[in-house]
Amino acid sequence: MLKILLSRVREYKKYAFITPLFMIGEVAMEVLIPTMMGLIIDVGVAASDMDYIIRMSVMLVLAAALSLSFGMLGAWSASKASSGFATNIRRDEYAKIMGFSFADVDKFSTPSLITRMTTDVQNVQMAFQMMIRIFVRAPIMFVFAIIMVYHNGGSLSAVFAVAIPVVMVAISLIFGRSHGYFTRAFKGYDVFNRVVQENLNGIRTVKAYVREEEQLGKFEESAEVIRSNFKKGQTIMALLNPVMMSITFACMIAISYIGARLINIGHMETGELLSIYTYTGQILSSLVMVGMVIVMFSISWASMIRISEVLSTEPSMSLNPDGIKDVKDGSIVFSDVSFGYGKDSKVLSDINLEIRSGDMIGIIGVTGSGKTSLVSLIARLYDVQSGSVKVGGVDVRDYDLEALRNQVAVVLQKNTLFSGTVEENLRWGNAGATESELRWASDVASVTPFISAMKEGFQSHVEQGGTNFSGGQRQRLCIARALLKKPKILIMDDSTSAVDTATDASIRRALREDVKGLTKIIISQRLSSVMDADKIVIMSGGRIEDVGTHEELLSRNAGYRVLYETQTRGGGLDA
Amino acid sequence: MQDTVSFMRLRQEGVDSMRRPQGGATAKNPIKAMKRVLSLVFGERKAAFAFIILCIIIVAFSTVYYSSFLGTFIDEYVTAIIGVEDPDYSPIVRALAQFAAIVSISVIFSYVLQRIMVKISQDTLYEVRVKMFRKLESLPISYFDRNPHGTIMSRFSNDTDTLNQMISNSLVHVLQAIITLMMLVAAMLMNSLLLSFVVAVFVLITIKATGSISKKSGKQFSRQQATLADVNGYIEEMMNGQRVIKVFCHEERSKEDFEALNMKLFESMSKANTLANIMGPVTMNLGNLQYVALVIVGAVFVMLTGGGHAGYTIGALAAFLQLSRSFSNNVNQMSQQMNTVLLALAGAERIFELLDEESEIDDGYVTLVNVVENPDGSLTESSEHTKRWAWKHPHKDGSPVTYTPLKGDIVMIDVDFGYVPGKTVLHDISLYAKPGQKIAFVGSTGAGKTTITNLLNRFYDIADGKIRFDGININKIRKADLRQSLGMILQDTNLFTGTIRENIRFGRLDATDEEVEAAAKLANAHDFIMMMPDGYDTVITNNGESLSQGQRQLLSIARAAVADPPVLVMDEATSSIDTHTEALVQDGMDKLMENRTVFVIAHRLSTVRNSNAIMVLDHGHIIERGDHEQLLAQKGVYYRLYTGAVELD
Repeated sequence: MLKILLSRVREYKKYAFITPLFMIGEVAMEVLIPTMMGLIIDVGVAASDMDYIIRMSVMLVLAAALSLSFGMLGAWSASKASSGFATNIRRDEYAKIMGFSFADVDKFSTPSLITRMTTDVQNVQMAFQMMIRIFVRAPIMFVFAIIMVYHNGGSLSAVFAVAIPVVMVAISLIFGRSHGYFTRAFKGYDVFNRVVQENLNGIRTVKAYVREEEQLGKFEESAEVIRSNFKKGQTIMALLNPVMMSITFACMIAISYIGARLINIGHMETGELLSIYTYTGQILSSLVMVGMVIVMFSISWASMIRISEVLSTEPSMSLNPDGIKDVKDGSIVFSDVSFGYGKDSKVLSDINLEIRSGDMIGIIGVTGSGKTSLVSLIARLYDVQSGSVKVGGVDVRDYDLEALRNQVAVVLQKNTLFSGTVEENLRWGNAGATESELRWASDVASVTPFISAMKEGFQSHVEQGGTNFSGGQRQRLCIARALLKKPKILIMDDSTSAVDTATDASIRRALREDVKGLTKIIISQRLSSVMDADKIVIMSGGRIEDVGTHEELLSRNAGYRVLYETQTRGGGLDA
Repeated sequence: MQDTVSFMRLRQEGVDSMRRPQGGATAKNPIKAMKRVLSLVFGERKAAFAFIILCIIIVAFSTVYYSSFLGTFIDEYVTAIIGVEDPDYSPIVRALAQFAAIVSISVIFSYVLQRIMVKISQDTLYEVRVKMFRKLESLPISYFDRNPHGTIMSRFSNDTDTLNQMISNSLVHVLQAIITLMMLVAAMLMNSLLLSFVVAVFVLITIKATGSISKKSGKQFSRQQATLADVNGYIEEMMNGQRVIKVFCHEERSKEDFEALNMKLFESMSKANTLANIMGPVTMNLGNLQYVALVIVGAVFVMLTGGGHAGYTIGALAAFLQLSRSFSNNVNQMSQQMNTVLLALAGAERIFELLDEESEIDDGYVTLVNVVENPDGSLTESSEHTKRWAWKHPHKDGSPVTYTPLKGDIVMIDVDFGYVPGKTVLHDISLYAKPGQKIAFVGSTGAGKTTITNLLNRFYDIADGKIRFDGININKIRKADLRQSLGMILQDTNLFTGTIRENIRFGRLDATDEEVEAAAKLANAHDFIMMMPDGYDTVITNNGESLSQGQRQLLSIARAAVADPPVLVMDEATSSIDTHTEALVQDGMDKLMENRTVFVIAHRLSTVRNSNAIMVLDHGHIIERGDHEQLLAQKGVYYRLYTGAVELD
């Protein structure tokens, strides 16, 4: 998993590798400086040797300048490396997800994909930056400081042989104990956010039923989970500083005593003792840093797993770029098709259906009868489990996917407009469409009446999801967008449900008269939308129950007759 | 020791940089915000505050003590035994024992301090969150119209998070640093005026340098946040529209667009991060330079004064150097904490803005009570659940309280309304509904159908005119009671995470399991509920994503049925559901409507036909009224709607 992620560093590898080098330089200076400071006091000041003081001071200033340069360079390269790393992950994930088939998207779910591309990437970026800066810095600091202590104090380093294991045990106990609480607190955040979100969305419901107090109770519960877990976790973490202080002070006392003896017998200078005090701090704190980084790392672990899952998923459907590019006509043949969304699910079985090029086909049936599944096989949004679907006489799996989808336009049930202008949205169908093509598609889909009433016409702004248009207007825009593709097959999956009957009829009339040769497949709940089709397909329980014209079905299919009667009797004001 | 502290901070900053608030990074009035934050934290905890200050002083004192101890120790004790044969170690041991005693106190108090702060900060945050949510629930609907949900959401997440950082971390650090600095300054001044002056010069330089870096990094940071928001927004939109992308083979185009945004983010992010990372090395090396300056000045000073007992000693210099290191550490810490503090204050200001929003005003005094009917027909209030309700109406003129039975008689007289003062969207609306009558509203989008229904339950208040419920002006009725007597079935069903039973019981909390099931049966929801894995105890999440549109509507009918209100306001759903479910919904609604006063925004012909009166709305006016036959005969707008010549949605 780490390999999958780390291979994304790519062109920023050089930054990732020089960062530790800069760190080594910075740390070396940081460790050297206390010794030089000690020397100035011991040798220079003690002997009133002004020359020596000046000489050492110049060196100290140089060392500080070096340390500063290394530090700044390190800061620069670390942020280049980590930002670049995140940028690459984001790019790769995006490209990967764009290559996902519908089935792959279903598997992950859209909200989860969004998290994997946003929050998770930020977490991983932070962990990476910590890694190359601190995880490298701390051990180097540790080693340097130990060497310096040994060099200056010799046997004094024995003190650390005792202190270091104590610190390690203390750190792992404190971090280990508190970690669980923090994890639980973060999970509590999910519930907390959900309660707020649900109340924002459902505020009218809450107020209409006067449920404010009850919701407050729920909210308090979720806030309490956060409070109690943070309290427990932080209470344990509060031990860290006092424990570290105690150990540091204990070391200092031991060093002072032993140091005094060493100085007494002339094995050490007073300045050296002073600098060892500084090293003590460096040694112990570098251990704490390593502990911290490990904790941070474990927090972002879950994010790393989620990202690498996306990156290592092989799209379940290849684009088949070497496939057949030419779709001859709009004829469709289903032979013995069965299909399901997973291995064990069966949504369609024994589907046999022939559709002539240029026909208009209506599909009706209750929710869950397989209408949408059936049509999604035509544009090869999913693959069949067995049998075959042929478009223009060729199995859909033998086409170049892009060529196929360019000829099969699907107006999805859950359709989406994107933020931008009306024209930009329409041009999704065909980026190079001419002005007159735009007009034509708008006319056919009955977009023209409401667009021409808008002040900015085709340049009118569309908000994210098209929320500034009514449901019926959105549906008509989506139909126009699909028409611009100039496809051979147009599939409308309940695409006029919010459009009034008169407009619905005029769209169908235009489709029939102005777009000759186009195979039209219309799924609808309204019989009026499919009544005049060349063939009506009745779906039931994933099978085709009956196929025929309106008149045929009316005379032989009892269910159809009942449906017809209910709909014409109590049909509705906009149905 | 100091390194430990600074590392804790480093980690904190790492976390910060992820959770920085969106939106403005600077507070408009930081001092005012700070005062208010402090009163939130310590307002009710004055004793704790005093104790915290005491702890900080003790800790600060011992910090100063041990900063100078080591110098003195070497100077007075260690130098005394240099070269002495078989020296007496007992003074050294005594000095170290004293040192141990004092630092132990410091350790204990700093632990106590942290424990208290953990409690105080988590309690404060809990209180702030609850206050915010309580406020949120009390705000008028217009607030939710005005403010995007994302913005409100970030008050609860990002802004409280930064407040958390500040209260649980920065606050104590800053207080500690201030007090420690005061002591260190005193100690340094006592040690040497000359060297203190050198330190002062460096303090000025440090403040200047960090100030200019943080100003720059602040600017870069807002730029980074803006591009990050763009990138995340783009991701969200494209992920949600991914099916459309695939259907239109738009993958490559969208990758290109994303690449451009992504690279922009890279630029701004690496710049912002570089500046943030530079801060540490700069301040640290300024500290080193200060040390060099002090050593040189100090050494000259020691040599000039002879270094003997009369003059400035090496030990004194060593002590000063130690003090100065503590001093610059504390200055650095302060300057770095300032960033977090300012960010948090900006967030706090936004939180206060929410807390200061005007709640829904409710000065209604007419309440809904249970009553029993006396033999003479008069009503007496009852504390029991009698299933008979009446409006309890105390009169301001002192005349006795009257009880009016709850019937569901609604009258609107010359009602005008506008969402914004001066922009009237409803004009002269007058209508009445006798108990049990059905009134249908018909008209195109924006005609004002939904607006009228929102006035009945006082989601919005009318500008002019009168609305009476059972003869009582609704402004006199307590809002909670008014709303309880009005059932609402909205077009979009909002379900809450929880079991199906809980979601139905949302209508009336004291409904028994039997009543819940009876309501579900009435709404035709029982059958599909029983098909679910755990029946009524099936947990639904994410606004019922596992349910179909029709099933969600059935649940919303059941919810209204369990509430059993005398008046029902319904917005018929336009979204398409299959014919079978639609028949179930229709049937459920019909059953629910029996014996109730109903206002319905109608989309179905059958609903309209069965209404006692139909109001045709256009641009906020009632332009036609009457029953189905009358309106058809008029051959007006209704006729054209009915024949499908005009679009309705």
